[in-house]
Amino acid sequence: MMLKQFDKVSTREKIAIRAEREIVSGSYVNLGIGMPTKVANYIQADKKVILQSENGLLGIGRFPDKHEVDPDLINAGKETVTAVTGAAYFSSAESFAMIRGEHLDLAILGGMEVSESGDLANWMIPGKMIKGMGGAMDIVHGAKKIVIIMDHLTRHGEPKILKECQLPLTGKNVVDRIITDRAVIDVTKDGFVLQETAQGWTIDEVKESTGAKLHVSKQLIEEAF
Amino acid sequence: MKEIYQTFTEAIEKMEDGATIMVGGFGLVGIPENLILALVESNVKHLTVVSNNCGVDDWGLGLLLKNHQIDRMIGSYVGENKAFERQVLSGELKVELVPQGTLSERIRAGGAGIPGFYTPAGVGTPLAEGKEIRSFEGKDYLLETALKSDFSLIRAAIGDKHGNLQYAKTAQNFNPMMAAAGKVTIAEVEQVVETGRIDPAYIHTPGIYVDGIIEGKQEKRIERLTVQQED
Repeated sequence: MMLKQFDKVSTREKIAIRAEREIVSGSYVNLGIGMPTKVANYIQADKKVILQSENGLLGIGRFPDKHEVDPDLINAGKETVTAVTGAAYFSSAESFAMIRGEHLDLAILGGMEVSESGDLANWMIPGKMIKGMGGAMDIVHGAKKIVIIMDHLTRHGEPKILKECQLPLTGKNVVDRIITDRAVIDVTKDGFVLQETAQGWTIDEVKESTGAKLHVSKQLIEEAF
Repeated sequence: MKEIYQTFTEAIEKMEDGATIMVGGFGLVGIPENLILALVESNVKHLTVVSNNCGVDDWGLGLLLKNHQIDRMIGSYVGENKAFERQVLSGELKVELVPQGTLSERIRAGGAGIPGFYTPAGVGTPLAEGKEIRSFEGKDYLLETALKSDFSLIRAAIGDKHGNLQYAKTAQNFNPMMAAAGKVTIAEVEQVVETGRIDPAYIHTPGIYVDGIIEGKQEKRIERLTVQQED
């Protein structure tokens, strides 16, 4: 296989920009910690979106200017933020009631592995210090649609999209869609379905780098992002 | 009407070795800073601590860890603390990791007279081992049980002499549920005001859950200062 080199930063940016297209105007969305948080930077100005932060904020705003930093106002990644006009603050119990009660339209989360039945592993690697799952195990059961964004392969070049997850699960049968640097793949009752390939990747290359059977959608869009 | 403490030492003097305590906060936001410092000073040992996180190495609950006062920690994310890892690996510290929503609901249940509840969080994961699974309308749920504490140490922005509390922004987090789940609840507030000064319609935690309050100046350390990039 031809060796391709992509700049890591631009790859992440590419995933974030593609993930932004999952966000429908008028929806309530939870963005996971890390790369998913950055999707917020790409939300188009004409979309009206309310971002939820599981530490008790509905309506996350932009990062503050230096003079408006409020130490009592953070997102779930513990970064200082602002709140939008029309935001609401509430307790953690209220926040997760809102999450488990399926009031959020979409959650975009990071992933380590996804299986063809939609199992997600993203919280622990056996043998490594376990830091905790935070809110991930609740969120995967809450939002109406769960989109996982991640690199297509591990740092060691192994597939992360698998027939069965090898790592301990975060949730079983929870993922709807995966967006990687190479493709957009849906989890369906018939298994993985390739919906889009990214620029620079052929269908065969995506299939080769996926650790499970990959059906190709009749509506496949090539070089979609 | 409520005990208004003058010193933090006095506020926690009934706490004994082996107590189960709940400590409010998410990261370092909304933690009862001075009550934690007084706990370090008191040197009470063998604590079971229920808190979403465990502070950082030199602030918040990290100070209790450093002083080897915690035997068992129940939380959802403990990754900001190096002493934590060392003590877990050496076997000194036992950890129970709980999904954040399950943690907040277990505490809420504890204060609300509900012994247990079913939640989808954790089904099919290592957390489900040994737990009752029950199916409702074709979907599986785990039985989780309530959490209560001997002492809940919480933080609010404003408190009146009836113990009514109001929180600031995202400093609310786990504090209201912990207030209700404590056999004894001590609220550290940024400002004690005369009763009647807080509009009853805007009280977050009604005074019935609070046993004592104390005013304390907060440092409010910021874990991740993130600001707009200047162009």
